[in-house]
Amino acid sequence: MKKRKLIARICADGYLGLVLALMYLPIFLIIVFSFSGTSRFSFSEGFTLDSYRQLFDPELNGGLLNALKYTAILALSASVISTVLGAFSTIGIYALGRRMKKITLTVNQLPMINSEVVMAVSLMVFFAAFSAVFPQGMTRLIISHVAFCTPYVVLSILPRLQRMDPNMYEAALDLGANPFTAMIKVVFPYIMPGIVSGFAMAFTLSLDDFIITQFNKGDTGIETLSTYIYEDARVKSLEPFWFAVFSIFFVVMFTLLLLVNIKRTQKEVKK
Amino acid sequence: MKKKFKFRFTRRAFAYPYMIFLIVFVVVPLVIILINAFLDDANKFTFQNFVEFFTDAGGGLTVLGNSLIIGLVTTLICLAIGYPVAYLLAKYHANSRVFVLLFILPMWVNFLIRTLSTKAIFMAMDVELGMGTVLFGMVYNYLPYMILPLHTTLCSIDHSYIEAAEDLGADKMTVFLKTVLPLSVPGIVSGITMTFIPAISTFAISEILSSSKIFLFGDAINMHFSKTTNSFGVGSVMSLVMLVLVVVANVIVNLTSKDEEAASVL
Repeated sequence: MKKRKLIARICADGYLGLVLALMYLPIFLIIVFSFSGTSRFSFSEGFTLDSYRQLFDPELNGGLLNALKYTAILALSASVISTVLGAFSTIGIYALGRRMKKITLTVNQLPMINSEVVMAVSLMVFFAAFSAVFPQGMTRLIISHVAFCTPYVVLSILPRLQRMDPNMYEAALDLGANPFTAMIKVVFPYIMPGIVSGFAMAFTLSLDDFIITQFNKGDTGIETLSTYIYEDARVKSLEPFWFAVFSIFFVVMFTLLLLVNIKRTQKEVKK
Repeated sequence: MKKKFKFRFTRRAFAYPYMIFLIVFVVVPLVIILINAFLDDANKFTFQNFVEFFTDAGGGLTVLGNSLIIGLVTTLICLAIGYPVAYLLAKYHANSRVFVLLFILPMWVNFLIRTLSTKAIFMAMDVELGMGTVLFGMVYNYLPYMILPLHTTLCSIDHSYIEAAEDLGADKMTVFLKTVLPLSVPGIVSGITMTFIPAISTFAISEILSSSKIFLFGDAINMHFSKTTNSFGVGSVMSLVMLVLVVVANVIVNLTSKDEEAASVL
């Protein structure tokens, strides 16, 4: 009996390992062959750091650096705005009457469940219809990113607010705080974890977005990382330069995500 | 009493800017799409766009059919691969978060980077780009979205149900079919919507992995709204069709997971 259990366990881990291997194989191959200096997936030229050297070639990296700059500006401003907007409005939504609360939360869910193409297209048509109010470029991009990020911020703060003892706020008022002070000193510290995770979510969502940015960037020359990759690497085939860029991306992303999550797990274990 | 009224009023007021924001930037754009669907090139009222789409004049209906089939196949493959993964993870590795995390992580790497990497590998291997490569790319992309909700649901199943079934004499297969599987239905449904809806409406994956040979619904919407084609009317009808699919999918999700989810959100 024990032996059968062991075999079952080995089969299970074998299957899980196989799926993981397949999921990570493309990433692994890109990283390995980023040291080949070619995009033919062979070491015909031997081991070389050529593709990484190209990162410092101003002719090749100009577009990339430009895209990185816009990506950072967009992700930072969109996530800060949607976190502030989301934090205040969640407190407001929580205090709304039952009916209004339900309606607001339903509309709030729309950008999350809606197909990204439809949301992108609807915003594009909307901006075109009111182009006098919303000039092409960053304004449109920030607004559209805030529109799809804020719902996630609201939904990450709301559960914490619901768990908060309403007496805490009342107590602050009884002790002489005005509503504003009570909010800053009592409510905000309590919902802070929700605000932080909402911010992180908004930031990654904005960073990762392609479809909504692609439709709303207009022709002012603004490219984010996603749209730049799409424009550049889709037409030409993947050049060695991109192998290096992707490899750096994979390594940085995975290290960051693993670190964040391991830290979170440790915190939970301590609790 | 008066003070209490005032404080409730001030707190509610924090929601008003966002409510206006939602109306202006979420509801109004969708209404404009709705209006556009009934307008012709000269901005006159017409049903022509609907006629054109539903009689398949521009091939829109065929594209929708193809997308639904590809979406369905993608979803089924993801479910077939993902359910065992989620099940085994919940059974043997419920406590090791990092192992579970490895299956979810690819979700956070830009999908264009992943798709272009797979394309480069296929091209180096001389694999012909077509239906097979598109399906691979789709499954590769959406598998984490299937595993995540399945894993959450499977982990939250109360173990005493399984023990009770075992105590009552059910063999392993029966335990799975009669307790685990029915209890994981909410996860299955939400996994299906999380893969199916994006799979039928993406436009870059099929374009990249088939060298623009395979045309999906997302590509079609993209094309109708591009500057060269400029047929917003038919594009709007297609967006509405997509919106209907999204709403139907979410109604189904809400019906299956009514008890837990609805209570926690509201």
